[in-house]
Amino acid sequence: MAYQQILAPILQKETLAKRIFRFVVFGAPLAEVAQPGQFVHILPPMSTLRRPISICEIDKKQGTLTLVFEIKGEGTRALSQLNPGDTMNILGPLGHGFTLLPEAEHVVLVGGGIGNPPMLSLTNFYGKRATAICGFHSANIVMLQSEFQSTGAKTILCTDDGTVGRKGLVIQPLQEILESQKVDMIYACGPHIMLKCTAHAAQVFDVPCEVSLEERMGCGIGACLVCACELEQNGEKRTGHVCKDGPVFRAEEVVW
Amino acid sequence: MADLSVNIAGVEFKNPVIPASGVFGYGREYEQLFPLSALGGIATKGTTGQQRLGNPAPRIAETPSGILNSVGLQNPGIDAFLERELPNLLTKDTVILANIAGSTVEECVSVAEKLNDTNVHMIELNISCPNVKQGGAAFGVHCESAEAVTAAVRKTTNKPLIVKLSPNVTSITEIAKAVEFAGADAVSLINTLLGMRINIETKRPILHNNVGGMSGPAIFPLAVRMVWQTSEAISIPIIGIGGISTGADAIEMMMAGASAVQVGATIFTDPYAPIHIIEEMNDWLDMHNISSIKEIIGTVQPW
Repeated sequence: MAYQQILAPILQKETLAKRIFRFVVFGAPLAEVAQPGQFVHILPPMSTLRRPISICEIDKKQGTLTLVFEIKGEGTRALSQLNPGDTMNILGPLGHGFTLLPEAEHVVLVGGGIGNPPMLSLTNFYGKRATAICGFHSANIVMLQSEFQSTGAKTILCTDDGTVGRKGLVIQPLQEILESQKVDMIYACGPHIMLKCTAHAAQVFDVPCEVSLEERMGCGIGACLVCACELEQNGEKRTGHVCKDGPVFRAEEVVW
Repeated sequence: MADLSVNIAGVEFKNPVIPASGVFGYGREYEQLFPLSALGGIATKGTTGQQRLGNPAPRIAETPSGILNSVGLQNPGIDAFLERELPNLLTKDTVILANIAGSTVEECVSVAEKLNDTNVHMIELNISCPNVKQGGAAFGVHCESAEAVTAAVRKTTNKPLIVKLSPNVTSITEIAKAVEFAGADAVSLINTLLGMRINIETKRPILHNNVGGMSGPAIFPLAVRMVWQTSEAISIPIIGIGGISTGADAIEMMMAGASAVQVGATIFTDPYAPIHIIEEMNDWLDMHNISSIKEIIGTVQPW
């Protein structure tokens, strides 16, 4: 648990799609210890609460973090108005990330919409051993495809309306892969229903699966208990917290 | 360097800044950022007789200069608190205020009783939680029930007793007088104000509990007003709570009549807020050549 609060200078800002922004910030002490799947808690200007944003890419050599987020409300709108030269007030890295399997031969990453960015840090780790299934509503919000491809990962692009890539949900190509190939692990981040379907497919094919959950947060470090989620272990239910027990959970411990 | 120490009900605090119950857990997470011994005290997460799982998420929403929360007293229960958390907290060289709550008078009494054999410094009896269906605020909104639960816990406990008051009442001074009469050694106020936000696209309240407690800078003037009115009405010490986010806010709250302050929502904005507030209070006293913080308590000069 080596988190800290820093004022991170913004190095780059880019609009990836409608209402979706990519920021690269300098934060060497955070980049040093950050793991794929962890998040940072960012204080938007004039806000009382921080906003949890998952880490998209970690560059330990350059000491930078790449953060991709969508404008969802006033806080993320205020964050999107920051510019290179400004600083971001960041607390992190927080939570525990994805379990990395150095020996794995093939992993499948399932991303839905704004759940795609955290998958990129996993393709950076697995390279061509990863198949990334990237799902979006429509062509106009597709993002990060060249970045996924440049890691050597096999990518499958899906849109709900078929405007680009395969038409349909990510769950279809996931099932085809599970039916035809050996998979050591499935990682997923995206809408609740997509995670639920992914968890179900993983269970059917008996493949380990980790999912990244999202919830409104207070402190971000496990003290205030606001980001509750229902978990189950050995038939016993308990209240967990996304910020500290997650955001990454084993799919079978989540009560869907 | 001014003397920041204060004394409440015979308990000496090295400074008057205390993280409020609920935001700070049992201090473990914040200890990664600063030593807990820098704090005047710690009000621990509200503890009940049995484990409580709390309300479903979402439990928090931002409001203009504030937040709404509806955690619903999630806690592991008094036995787990005594076994897993309190022994560790008591090694931290700061005053520990065990915040306790219950659905019934009997539950509050039994929790207080279990603390008798510990070295916890004070009990803060929460009769004002707005987020649970039974007990909680129900005790705190009528003088008779506030008096009855305070008297029952007073009879049980051998610790200095603080009663935490609800602002969701017609007259907080009447409730304060009732708990003073029932034997409270101090009062802390205010707990959160009941509020609500609705997502206009889904027509759903943002909080799963529909309503929740509002805190943060937006409620500061309300809290100052209630502390000032209460200080005029009772003679036991007051711990001022509600929207404090700077050293100047804390000084203002103490001028209104508080002997110490608790800070809550501001810790979400800045996890180092309690430390910054202590430093800013010291700087203010030095700048004004005031040697002890005690000299400013209740010094407001009303028109």
